[in-house]
Amino acid sequence: MGWDRISKSGSARRRPRMPSYEAARRQFSWAEARAALDGLPEGRGLNIAHEAVDRHAKGPAGGRAALRWLGKDGTRRELSYAALAGLSDRFANLLRDLGIGKGDTVFSLLGRVPALYVAVLGALKNRSVFCPLFSAFGPEPIQSRMAIGAAKVLVTTPQLYARKVRALRADLPQLEQVLLVGGAEPEPGCQSFERRLEVASEDFVIPPTDPEDAALLHFTSGTTGRPKGALHVHEAAVVHAASARFALDLGPEDVYWCTADPGWVTGTSYGIVAPLVVGATLVVDEAEFEPERWYRILQDEKVRVWYTAPTAIRMLMKLGPDLPRRFDLSALRLAASVGEPLNPEAVVWGLKVLGQPFHDTWWQTETGGIMLANFAATDIKPGSMGRPLPGIEAAILRHREDGGVEVIGEAGREGELALKAGWPSMFRGYLNEEARYRKCFADGWYLSGDLARRDSDGYFWFLGRADDMIKSAGHLIGPFEVESALMEHPAVAEAGVIGKPDPVAMETVKAFVALKPGFRPDDALRREILGLARERLGPAVAPREIDFLDDLPKTRSGKIMRRLLKARELGLTEGDTSTLESSS
Amino acid sequence: MDEVEVKAMVLEILTQVAPNIDTAALDPAVAFRDQVEFDSLDFLNFVIALGERSGIQISETDYPKLASLRGCIGYFTAQAHTKEQSNKAKKP
Repeated sequence: MGWDRISKSGSARRRPRMPSYEAARRQFSWAEARAALDGLPEGRGLNIAHEAVDRHAKGPAGGRAALRWLGKDGTRRELSYAALAGLSDRFANLLRDLGIGKGDTVFSLLGRVPALYVAVLGALKNRSVFCPLFSAFGPEPIQSRMAIGAAKVLVTTPQLYARKVRALRADLPQLEQVLLVGGAEPEPGCQSFERRLEVASEDFVIPPTDPEDAALLHFTSGTTGRPKGALHVHEAAVVHAASARFALDLGPEDVYWCTADPGWVTGTSYGIVAPLVVGATLVVDEAEFEPERWYRILQDEKVRVWYTAPTAIRMLMKLGPDLPRRFDLSALRLAASVGEPLNPEAVVWGLKVLGQPFHDTWWQTETGGIMLANFAATDIKPGSMGRPLPGIEAAILRHREDGGVEVIGEAGREGELALKAGWPSMFRGYLNEEARYRKCFADGWYLSGDLARRDSDGYFWFLGRADDMIKSAGHLIGPFEVESALMEHPAVAEAGVIGKPDPVAMETVKAFVALKPGFRPDDALRREILGLARERLGPAVAPREIDFLDDLPKTRSGKIMRRLLKARELGLTEGDTSTLESSS
Repeated sequence: MDEVEVKAMVLEILTQVAPNIDTAALDPAVAFRDQVEFDSLDFLNFVIALGERSGIQISETDYPKLASLRGCIGYFTAQAHTKEQSNKAKKP
């Protein structure tokens, strides 16, 4: 590949928590990984919130900072494990007082504020299911996700409520309670989060929790149809704890910063649960990406383990090495990345400029936790997603014509990346979508939808998506959701959406639109459609670019051929177009 | 470029990247992303378009200066001033 391995042998670093990958894989058992967690007292089961806060709060670590929150305005606030345990007890009682119980869904639409962390943990204690939404979502993704998830409670701010939720209330008949964080007098149909929290009791005993009880809900969009709600259970904490140690080399004395927003699975699994389960101190920055601020946080907070994303790394690279050299980044011991494959230049740039190479990792909403990684103790192959964690079996599969699959044993061959089903953080279903869930499995393998190859050393390399899903700035975006929003514009007859290659974000969302008769494809209309899509979907999901076409290429059955749109965009040969309507 | 021209250019490009922004309601002193839905990729596209439109090679280290309307005005009027000075200096 032209990129040298980054060797880990003989480097004068602290002994990694997993000193030998081979030995760890050999010796690993899920039973032992489970035993490393405490479980609820008196054998009452397993609850993520107990593992994340209560067990630390009651011991000698109770005074240690669980959360170090950095506000946009420069505020700095620390919450100890004991304080976080108390506040989440209050939130659990608050939910109980409101009549919200086991299995009921609690949603949040919040920036990275302390209330979010309190709400997640409190809801888990109450055995409710928590679903964090990305606060930059527009009303449409919010409405569809809350309807599918049957949201009973929403925790948000007065501003976000007014802008994005108020008008949806009529379409969300199951929504019983809205709790508003900050702000003086809540509006009708809402209550003050702080006031309710203040009067709730600080004494809560987590009821018996089965490890298979539902805990977290994360949405992922598909190539067709509605977004899918991937459901995770309390037992996922087993993977969170083990993978934090294996892939992030994370332990109790570490200051750790995960830059992902909890609205995406990384920001919950590794931005809340995993670091707290291992007893680390979690840095939370309320502000959005800003290079100088980020370097200052790494320096001032003495971040030792940093988990970030390729798009951010590439933006930092664009600014050059002078800025980071003004900061002391010597506390940094491990830097890792997730979201889309990290290009080798970025891995090596980390080593040269930050003093630590980036360790790429791979996993998905459905896997609940890190599945493949470059490890602290093992050589990095820049550009590779790494190797499976202890306990995880990964393979490259070929699809047979009879619908079955077979493992491709030979190294270097392209196929679908798959995982042997049954690890504890594997999703347990898509809400009310049993057929779509079943389609993710074949012959005991979970099918990732990612195309990859495995080299002779067992490292996996990402090649592309097996479907039309778009990977942009670390988010997996379903073209269907975007196309549906575009279709709402009265001028749009058809829409097809693809991922356009981008040097920073890997892909950006690009839409092709055919207009209804009587509409002129001019710049004013382009802006109008783009504006509507951004309004409905939010900037992370909406197209960044729209092209007008007279009509879109379709199969005989009328399906828009996104692949052909993409091939044209890339200037590739179009392949076999014999099934095209327009060519017949 | 004077202040009026810079402002027109900035607002034009802003609505090209994010047409749903109500530019009349913008507070010039506040970063775009702190008052409207404008993420870091939007910002990058915005800065690239500013460079193309103005013909000025914007150094990446100057990007943070362009985070607000006031920042943009300050940056481009200063650039225009520098250009004028160097043009004057060239004349005998």
